[in-house]
Amino acid sequence: MTDFWQMGGYALYVWPSYALFLAVVVYWLVAPWLEVKRTLRKMKQRKRRQHARANTGEQHESQA
Amino acid sequence: MWKTLKRWFHQLGSPRTFYRFSGALIPWLFVAMVITLAWGLYQSLLVAPTDYQQGESYRILYVHVPSAWMGLFIYVLMAVSGLIALVWRMKVAEMVAIACAPIGAAYTFVTLVTGSLWGKPMWGTWWEWDARLTSELFLLFLYLGVMGLYAAIEDRRKAARAAALLALVGVVNLPIIHYSVVWWNTLHQGATVKLFSGESHMHPSMLKALLIMTAATKFHFGVALLQSVRARILQQESKASWVQELVDD
Repeated sequence: MTDFWQMGGYALYVWPSYALFLAVVVYWLVAPWLEVKRTLRKMKQRKRRQHARANTGEQHESQA
Repeated sequence: MWKTLKRWFHQLGSPRTFYRFSGALIPWLFVAMVITLAWGLYQSLLVAPTDYQQGESYRILYVHVPSAWMGLFIYVLMAVSGLIALVWRMKVAEMVAIACAPIGAAYTFVTLVTGSLWGKPMWGTWWEWDARLTSELFLLFLYLGVMGLYAAIEDRRKAARAAALLALVGVVNLPIIHYSVVWWNTLHQGATVKLFSGESHMHPSMLKALLIMTAATKFHFGVALLQSVRARILQQESKASWVQELVDD
């Protein structure tokens, strides 16, 4: 097993290559997925705020 | 046949259809990616034999070459959707072109860094102004240029068309990258794998892992691109009634 990690003496070059590759792969799976979720959440918040504002507006009118 | 294709193309041009269709496709691409990536890494690191000249260092090839191919593949896709965006003013094509740029830049960056990490022990240098290396660096700058130009213009649609135009001009760099190892035979080795012409100079036992890793990067790009475009659709079509309905649920 230690043989495997030593990569015939090239561990210093082989492992960082694979690490960078995998980091980029994982990043480009997570980042767009989070972006979709974040956008949907923002839109929901905006909609809720608009509803709240519309409701209080109606109340003021009925009071007047 | 032609009619069906044409209808398909038009339907996918609608942001709503694209959003739904890609949402259904992403899980399948993701599963295909996980399977091929796991299998590919196993083949690359454990099954593929040691190289008789380069020892274990050659295993960098299995992340370096698929990434380099993706850098070119994504650029072609970006230019083609850029062309469609310019000719037919298709919104989804604009978004696809723009979403390609950062993913292509990431793969090109991986290509340059892993190439450097391979070059140090094999060539004795991290970097050389060799034709292949220089044109690959220029590819990264093209991607960054497309992203920068898009970010610099306020109107999203005008920005996308300007960036698409730059992407199209940059296509001239692709044959330069491809033939750089033939035209200027300096440091980077020539093509080992030839899909369309002649014989590959790679033993099947080593080629297998490369092909699986290449498939994995294609599936990965599919997931990353489609999800990026979906985010852009939501942001740019936020006022459309179908997007508002999505938020209601």
